[in-house]
Order: sequence, then C-alpha cells, then structure tokens
Amino acid sequence: MLDALTVATAVAALALAAWCGWAAYRDQPTKDWHFIGMAVVTLLALVQLVVGIVQLARGEKPEQGTTIFVAYLIGAFACIPAAGFMSLAERTRWGSITVAAGGVVLAVLQVRLYDIWGG
Amino acid sequence: MAEPAEEVEKPGRTRLIGGPGMLLVWVYGVMVVGAVSRSAVQIATEFDKAPLAYSLSAVAGLVYGFITYSLVRGGETARKAALVCCAAELTGVLTVGTWTLADPSAFPDATVWSDYGMGYLFIPVLLPVTAMFWLRKSRTPN
Repeated sequence: MLDALTVATAVAALALAAWCGWAAYRDQPTKDWHFIGMAVVTLLALVQLVVGIVQLARGEKPEQGTTIFVAYLIGAFACIPAAGFMSLAERTRWGSITVAAGGVVLAVLQVRLYDIWGG
Repeated sequence: MAEPAEEVEKPGRTRLIGGPGMLLVWVYGVMVVGAVSRSAVQIATEFDKAPLAYSLSAVAGLVYGFITYSLVRGGETARKAALVCCAAELTGVLTVGTWTLADPSAFPDATVWSDYGMGYLFIPVLLPVTAMFWLRKSRTPN
C-alpha cells in the first residue's frame, strides 16, 4: 500500500514539475489549473502521511528509524504547498520554475522514503 | 523577460527575492530543512559515531538559514552579508569536499558537504555560485 502510494506520488510530482516547467518555458506564471494540480499532488502526499502513520500505529517499523520516516513524510507533505505559496508571491515564470523545483524535490523525497521504509 | 510593473519597493531596501531570487529562496529553504533536521537527528541520536561530520552539517544548516533570511529580508546590508556567507559556503563545500576525499577516515558518516555535496545532487556546490551571481546583479545602482 505504502509503496504504491510512494510510486504514485513520485510520478505525480514529476508530472507537476514537467507541467510547471512547460509553463515557465512559455514565460507564464502558475495559473488556476496548476494550483489544482498542486492540490492533487498535496492530497497524495497527505494520504501517504496518514497511511504511513497508520502503518506505524499497527506496529510496523521502517528500516531506517521511525523519526526519520515521520520527518520525511511531513517534509513531503509540506513541500508542494510551500512552493505553491511562493509562486503566488512571484507571478512570473520564476514562480513556475519554483513549483517545478518543488516537484523534483518531492520526487527525490519519495525515493528516500522508499529506502527508509525498506522497499 | 519582462519584470511585472507591480514592483512596490520600499525606498532604500533592495528586493532580493524577485524573479530568480524566489527560486534561490526555495532551494536554500529546502537545504536549510535538509541540513538542520538531518544534523539535529544525528546529533541527538548518534553524535559519537561521527562528531565532526554531524557538527559540520549543523554549521552548514546555520549558514543556509542565515542566507535564506538575508534573501527574504532584502536590503543592501543583507545583500552584502549574504554575499559573504555564500563565499564562506563555497569555501566550506570545497574544503570539506576535498577533505572527505583526501581523508575519508575522518568522516565515518557523510555530511551535507561530503564529496562536494554529491548526495544532494551537487546542489551545495552549485548553489553558492548561482547565488553570488544573483546577489552581484541585484546591487542597488548608486
């Protein structure tokens, strides 16, 4: 369950990165549709956070430690909203690039989460 | 690339987070979270394993934090302070990077700056250079 979510979130994050990268390439700021995309990716990360905590509550142990696992889950959840707010403050292509960078960061976090859980 | 006309600048304070600066703040912010939380966990749980490496990660986190704060705050003094810190950061990455390669036994565990930041996609070595270019460019014309 968690592994499937990790893969889904990573793919969604990369898709978001490509989409916002495309907007930046066309010299456009992030628009409503981009924010809906960010909401979807954030929702996936939130589900992952909940599922991760449920798994911990059921007594399963991540390979590299519970603290690190929870820290990464929270970081993954906060990643896209933070970048989204920054793109609200920066209504140029650079706001779009920031969200694209956020997507890449989230994808990297997912790879790390996969390792930490012990996939 | 046209800058938006809505640039409301308070007189006397250079805005450092317009355009590319916003991306810099984001990447620096990520590095702050990465370095600070990593060193906090490591120092709290296994400091004896590699004291030097973990302390260096903590220092790196502090430097990143200060640069992020300077960028967000803006102004000429903050710009200069950030420039100095970026130079320090670059020196740190190059020194620690070389040190980890020359004497791996001093570092039983990796720091943020090990191998020139390879574990962080070389961002630690690319970031200060980019930031220094940006900070030089945003100097207030006198």
